[in-house]
Amino acid sequence: MAYSKELVDHYERPRNVGSMDKSSPEVGTGLVGAPACGDVMKLQIKVNNSGVIEDAKFKTFGCGSAIASSSLITEWVKGKKIDEASQIKNTEIAKHLALPPVKIHCSILAEDAIKAAIKDYKTKNRKNST
Amino acid sequence: MNKNMNLKDNIYLDYQATTPLDPRVLDEMLPYFNERFGNPHSRNHKYGWEAEESIEIAREQVAKIINANPKEVIFTSGATESNNIAIKGIADFYKSNKNHIITCVTEHKCVLESCRHLSNNGFEITYLPVNQDGLIDLKKLEDSITEKTLLVSIMAVHNEIGVIQPLKEIGQICRKNNVFFHSDCAQAVGKIKLDVEEMNIDLMSISGHKIYAPKGIGALYVRRKPRVRIKPMMSGGGQERGMRSGTLSPALCVGLGAACKICYDEMQKENNRLSKLRDMFYNGITKECKDVYLNGSSEHRIPGNLNLSFAYVEGESLMMGIKDLSVSSGSACTSASLEPSYVLRALGVEEELAHTSLRIGLGRFTTEEHVKKAVKDIVGEVNRLRSLSPLWEMAQEGVDISKIEWAHH
Repeated sequence: MAYSKELVDHYERPRNVGSMDKSSPEVGTGLVGAPACGDVMKLQIKVNNSGVIEDAKFKTFGCGSAIASSSLITEWVKGKKIDEASQIKNTEIAKHLALPPVKIHCSILAEDAIKAAIKDYKTKNRKNST
Repeated sequence: MNKNMNLKDNIYLDYQATTPLDPRVLDEMLPYFNERFGNPHSRNHKYGWEAEESIEIAREQVAKIINANPKEVIFTSGATESNNIAIKGIADFYKSNKNHIITCVTEHKCVLESCRHLSNNGFEITYLPVNQDGLIDLKKLEDSITEKTLLVSIMAVHNEIGVIQPLKEIGQICRKNNVFFHSDCAQAVGKIKLDVEEMNIDLMSISGHKIYAPKGIGALYVRRKPRVRIKPMMSGGGQERGMRSGTLSPALCVGLGAACKICYDEMQKENNRLSKLRDMFYNGITKECKDVYLNGSSEHRIPGNLNLSFAYVEGESLMMGIKDLSVSSGSACTSASLEPSYVLRALGVEEELAHTSLRIGLGRFTTEEHVKKAVKDIVGEVNRLRSLSPLWEMAQEGVDISKIEWAHH
């Protein structure tokens, strides 16, 4: 299977690999997928007081397309407000990386991961403010 | 993909998928593409006689490596055809008396599909499970035999995990119970000693391209004493003792014969060489990476195969990273099904571990330098991907991954 240059680049030089302290109130963590299905993504965002994503980190178990999708989305969400970040569609990721049809689920997983991270951040902060 | 892709720097480690043609085999074949073009079934002239003689020499060479009589060997297009003729042909001939076949869940698809075809046509099929080491349980085999059992079909060496089934013991059970024994020996010929007499094998499938002969040629051994009858699948001129019509290709038959002769002459030496390379490979990897598991029996296996699970690293991404190596992924993730190997699942390998597997095949043209480079590349890539893997991170923190409630999608 021939992969696009963008995909190979993200696979070979993934951006924003790492972990943040998931107990920190500024950090939202999304863990999606399942080992039995062959992919698991952990995506974390660090959000400042004005609701802007200052930093994003990921770790992914999965095929090259899954790694590239998660690497790409961390780049895209950085500097965005959380509400903007939650608007990112999997189709944009799939298009940017030229994912083959059997790999579309990787982009869906990346979209799920950012949504889960935002949800986690919001849940934490609702509790903190009340 | 670029057709001019340079293969020179790529190390081939997929010898269970296919093997390159041995140049010595090609040399034997070439004249039959040129001046020796005769039809081996022409009885009236020299061209025909010469072609026929070359085929009979090849038949002897094939027979010798399995200790058969040359008259018991028929040429086919390959092991898939041989398996089809053997299983469907014997079923078709004896179906009025017996309608039960025993095979195994980890057999090659062409055996399983042939059995499935028969099960749609009035046959009962028993699919034996395998133990964790990939071997069948002989007690279960014996218990499955009924008075309606016609055939037991068990492969000799497994194409994915390289394990060797106890052929002699299976043969004894079959003979004792008056049941025919077919074995798919595509991956076994030239790698382990095969003896149709000692092993009581009645039908044996042989493949050319797994033993450095070309693709498109194989053979089927059909026992004459006591005689095994099969109904042919193709109608035609009645070549190959009426079991497989169609003009034979002398070039291909000569290639298979020459390949068998080389394997026969060099097997012991080659197995010793491959065992050393295999150990070097396995030790090289396990010394540098923990949580690497060998699939299939470590004792009963051919030296040219390693099937390894690299926990916490997905197999397809690993293959993408080791781009100078041609290996096969244990999982079929490139297909839309995203199902891991049915063979590894049958061994009881957890689904998450089955997704992390590679099949590494070593063979005649594998060198120590290849192994060193491959070990270096695999170790480097496994470590890199583990540093990206959330599962590896959790495992290092002591989290039990199996206890997490994953959202299956």
